[in-house]
This record gives sequence, C-alpha cells and structure tokens, in this order.
Amino acid sequence: MILVVGEERRGRLNRASWEAIAAAQQLAAGRPLVVAVLGADIRAVALELAAAQVTEVVAIQHAALEPYTPDGYTAALEQAIVQLSPTVVVLPHTYQTRDFAPTIAARMERALVTDVIRLRISGENIAYARPMFQGKLTADVVPLGPAPHFITVQVGAFRADQASRGAVPAPVRSLSVSIDSTAIRQTPEAPFQEARQAVDLSQAQRIVSVGRGIKDAANIAVAQRLAEALGAELAASRPICDAGWLPMERQVGSSGQTVAPKLYLALGISGAIQHLVGMKGSKTIVAINKDPDAPIFEVADYGVVGDLFDIVPALTTALKE
Amino acid sequence: CAAEVRHRRQVAPGVGHRRREIMLIIVCIRQVPARDWQPRLNDARTWIREQDATYETNEPDAYALEEALRLKEKHGGQVVVCSAGPARVVQVLREALARGADRAIHVEDDRLAGADAFVVAHALASALKDEPFDLILTGLQSDDNGSAQTGVVLAALLGVPHATIIMEVHAQGATLRVKRELEGGWFQWINMPLPAVLTIQSGINQLRYATLKGIMAARKKEIRTVAAPLVLEPRQKIVSLYVPEKTKKTELISGSPIEAARELVKKLREEARVI
Ligand SMILES: Cc1cc2nc3c(=O)[nH]c(=O)nc-3n(C[C@H](O)[C@H](O)[C@H](O)COP(=O)(O)OP(=O)(O)OC[C@H]3O[C@@H](n4cnc5c(N)ncnc54)[C@H](O)[C@@H]3O)c2cc1C
Ligand SMILES: Nc1ncnc2c1ncn2[C@@H]1O[C@H](COP(=O)(O)O)[C@@H](O)[C@H]1O
Repeated sequence: MILVVGEERRGRLNRASWEAIAAAQQLAAGRPLVVAVLGADIRAVALELAAAQVTEVVAIQHAALEPYTPDGYTAALEQAIVQLSPTVVVLPHTYQTRDFAPTIAARMERALVTDVIRLRISGENIAYARPMFQGKLTADVVPLGPAPHFITVQVGAFRADQASRGAVPAPVRSLSVSIDSTAIRQTPEAPFQEARQAVDLSQAQRIVSVGRGIKDAANIAVAQRLAEALGAELAASRPICDAGWLPMERQVGSSGQTVAPKLYLALGISGAIQHLVGMKGSKTIVAINKDPDAPIFEVADYGVVGDLFDIVPALTTALKE
Repeated sequence: CAAEVRHRRQVAPGVGHRRREIMLIIVCIRQVPARDWQPRLNDARTWIREQDATYETNEPDAYALEEALRLKEKHGGQVVVCSAGPARVVQVLREALARGADRAIHVEDDRLAGADAFVVAHALASALKDEPFDLILTGLQSDDNGSAQTGVVLAALLGVPHATIIMEVHAQGATLRVKRELEGGWFQWINMPLPAVLTIQSGINQLRYATLKGIMAARKKEIRTVAAPLVLEPRQKIVSLYVPEKTKKTELISGSPIEAARELVKKLREEARVI
C-alpha cells in the first residue's frame, strides 16, 4: 500500500498535496493508495480529499495537531504509519515536510529521498530522480533498507490537475492517535508577514531581475538603466537581497514574491527551483547568462549566452534606437 | 537498532544538563564543490570526479557560523565547528577557525565523501554526543546533496528539539526564541528549550570575513580528529548521475553583444509583443 500525506493549513488543503497525490497515483499504478491528513479539525479537508481516486482517506484528528509542531506531527504520523504499514510514504516537499519528515524517518530508521522530480519505474524496480549540485545534475536514487521508504516530491514537479478523481467519493475513516501534548517541546506563535512596503511586483508588467552574476552592489546600476529603458520594475534572486544589495521586498521566489509579468528578464540568475517557482508563470522569459547549461534556460523563451556586462548595456542602447 | 536510537536519546548528555552562563555552540559545516564548478562525472556515472572539483563552505553553513559568533559575542561561551568527511574538509574547518571559531572537530573517514544524510548525521552524532552543547546550528540544506535532512536527523539522534529554516535567534536563559521562515514571505516565532538544533537559512545576518589576525590566531587552535562509527549504514544509493534532460527549446540569440541585443529587441517587439 502507498500512503500519501496531504498538507492542511488553516482548514485548507494546499496545491502541493494534490501534486503529491498525482505522484503517488503514478507510483501505485492501481495498487491500494491511502491518503492521510492531520490536523485539529479536518473534516472538510478529508471530504475534499475523498474526491481523489484513492482507496480511502484517513483522517488523523487531534487537538494537539493545531498549531503545527514537528513533535506533534512526528508523534501522530509515526503511529499512523505503524498501523497502516505502507511500503512507500509520499509527501510534498514543503517547508512543513522538511521540518518533520526527517525526524520520522530517523526514528523509524527508514530511507528518506527528498525533492523527487520524476519516478523511474521499470517493472518491479523503482528509482527516484532528484536534482543535485544546485540542479546542475540529476541523480536517480534507490532507497535502501526495509519499508516504508519515504519520498518527498518537489513542488511543481507533478501536476495537481493530473491527479485522477474517483467516480464516487472515497470512504473516509478516522484513525485515532495519542499525543502527549506536554511532550511537545516547540511553542509556535501565529504566522505573520513582515510589513510590506510600496512595491507589489505581482502587478508589474515587466521585470528586470538580477542574480549573483551581477557580482557587486555597484553594478546594480547596469540593470537599473535597462529597467528604466524598458519601463520595468527591478527584482532579484535571494542572494542579492540576502547581501542587502536590494531590499527583501524585491525578492522573487518561494520565500519571496510570485510574479507573472508579460516580460521577465533574468540577468545572471542560475535558475534554482526556489527562484523558478516564483517566476515561471511569466508570459515571456528572457535569460542572459554566461553558462549555456544554466537551468534558467529550461524555462526561458529567449536566451543570450554571454557576459551580462557586455549584453545589458547593448540592450539598453538598442531599446533607445 | 531503533532501541539503540531511543537509548542514545536518553543518555544524550546535552539533555537536562544544568544551565551554565557560558554557551557551547556547535556549528556543522559541510564542504561542497565551488559554485562556479562545471560538473564532471566519474566513469561509473554515479558520482562526480572529486579530483576535478574545487571546494568551499556550504553557503548557509557560513551564515550559521556567523550567527554562532554573534551569539558568543552576546552571551559569551565557545563556538566549536564540526565537519564530517575525508581529509580535504579540514580546509573549511581552518577557514571557520580563522573567522573566529574556538576549536574544530573533524570526523575523518573516506566513506563520508558522497555519503547520504543519514550516514553523515550518524557520524556527526557520534562525535557530538559527548559535547555538553547548548545549541547546534546547521545549514538548512547543502548545495551539493540538497537533502535538507542532516540537521533534523541529528536532532532526532541526539534527542533534542529542533526548528528549521531559521532567520533570527534569541537565547534567553534556558529558552530559545527563533524566527522560522515560512513560504511566500511569511514568518513565525517559535519558543523552545535548550539544548536544541536549528537549521539556518542564508541571509539571517551579514557575513564577516576572516582577518589576517584571525588567520594567524587560527594556527594555534585545536582541530581534533575523531573516527566515524565503524558501521555506517547507507539508506540510499545513487544508481545514475547525469546532466538534466532539456525539455524546453529556448531560442538562443547569438552574434556580437550589439547584434544579439538588436535581435532580441526585435523579437520582443514583433514576435512576443511584450515591449
Ligand atoms: C528554502 C529555500 C528557499 C529559497 N528561496 C529563494 C527565493 O525565494 N528566491 C531565490 O531566488 N532563491 C531562493 N533560494 C536560493 C536558491 O536555491 C538559489 O541559491 C538562488 O536562487 C541562486 O541565486 P542566483 O541564481 O542569483 O545565484 P547563482 O546560483 O550563484 O547563479 C549566478 C549565475 O550568474 C551567472 N553569471 C555569473 N557571471 C555572469 C556574467 N558576467 N554574465 C552573465 N551571467 C553570469 C552564472 O553562470 C550563474 O548561472 C532558496 C533556497 C532555499 C533552500
Ligand atoms: N559532512 C558534513 N559535515 C558537517 N556538516 C554537514 C555535513 N553534511 C551536511 N552537514 C550539515 O547539514 C546541513 C544540511 O545538509 P543536507 O542534509 O545535505 O542538505 C548542512 O548545511 C550542514 O550544516
């Protein structure tokens, strides 16, 4: 049996859960597939999950699961896994999964393969493809040791809309777990956003985005001039904001803003997945990068391979011609 | 073996030890191929050709070290850096000592090159279990393996609580208050008891670099070499490593910078109609 774990937040299922279901359906290939969801009040979410083509939905409801803590989740899910004894456990590779899945795998002494982008199934054998070396290489990885094997699937790698829906709703069953809430060591407070400032990049029509290829804070001016010539907003990859060269509010990616302008021009950005998820919905993507193998060219419509310090000024001039 | 983990958890010396004024902070540092390294595969295509790579400190680990040094400046104490790997990883330990760490532990074993996160976490745990640490900092993930597991597994093996993807750390007596990054620009404060493991996100602070004085001082600092556990049980195996398949056709524009620029402007105006 394959077990997939959905992720509920504030009473809603996230899209990554449906992506994980799509991956698990591929993996199950007709074998029993159970989807579990954890939380303090998950009746609505469990019913939503029942629409998926799965054998059953298992609702693990307990007051100590709200708010999320790694200790609470680990205790509950470990008990569920022991009871259900799946061969593979599939989870979405979200921040929350990163926070608790390694603990469960460590406690059960089982393999955990993270950030899976493709399943390589040949007969009985299965390998999981995952990026390594910042996406420069892909590895086919085989988990070792006894079942269950844990895998987490990269956000966006499987399509939520390809998760099959059943003809009739799947049965929902509740599974009870005991959690000693005094043993939960983390005390979380409510999530918050840092005070947002004037820039809302999600509304921008055109964006010029700089990455570490810009090398130095002083060189931002080169991109600034191009942005002015295009009537574009300036944005950046995370390391540029980490270094304080541009404010945090201009960061695009999984921990920054998600943008979808008509034109996204990436200057000296390698195209790490955490950046791509924030901009791949742009209508037209242009990448300027000196490395022809940079992953950014996987999403770019137009590319120029070369030194941005030669090309960007030429582009600024050409726009004014 | 599960029993052994549980046992270790109970005897982990960090747990329940009396709070002292002085903090002992351990920073786990991984040596990874340099960012501008062009990948070359070994003949079996299961790993890289290590002899071709140049190495550096894993980026978030540098931020973790900086955070430890700042905590030490505030609360006093000691910063110990620890790296597991073959002889070459001593280089990142030396750099950390030059930046201000007090001493270093090298878990030396050739089997640790290219090992999975479980193997590495076990090697680190065996070296750290007798250190009376208050806090262990790791990076949130490595640039090469990218498994995002080692710190969390280490916490489980040592029996201490953890929090991941941390962007701010405050130690207040025996408790810790940390800012955890969530997706899409959200954050959350978490309180928890010490000792603990935190995985640190890049950008938590501004890095400082080694000074000449620091480099000189580092020469006198201790790097203790310890052996990895005899049995290291891998939990995964790479059967094939390759350059990712291209799925999308990017229209590459060539020519001199001026020609390419003109051509690109033309395409954006007439084909894509976005300017
Ligand atoms: C949990 C998590 C969340 C993250 N969130 C985000 C996020 O929200 N946004 C984000 O961007 N990143 C995020 N990251 C970081 C991400 O993984 C990458 O490290 C980052 O995106 C890399 O930024 P970069 O492309 O600018 O730098 P690099 O990867 O260093 O790439 C620099 C590029 O510039 C090119 N270059 C160098 N010199 C020149 C030149 N002269 N001319 C042309 N090209 C040149 C190089 O070929 C290279 O491709 C996150 C990481 C994690 C683990
Ligand atoms: N060989 C190692 N030696 C010391 N620390 C390591 C080692 N491998 C991983 N780490 C730590 O664990 C973090 C996460 O690595 P990973 O689980 O590989 O993504 C890194 O940022 C390091 O802080």
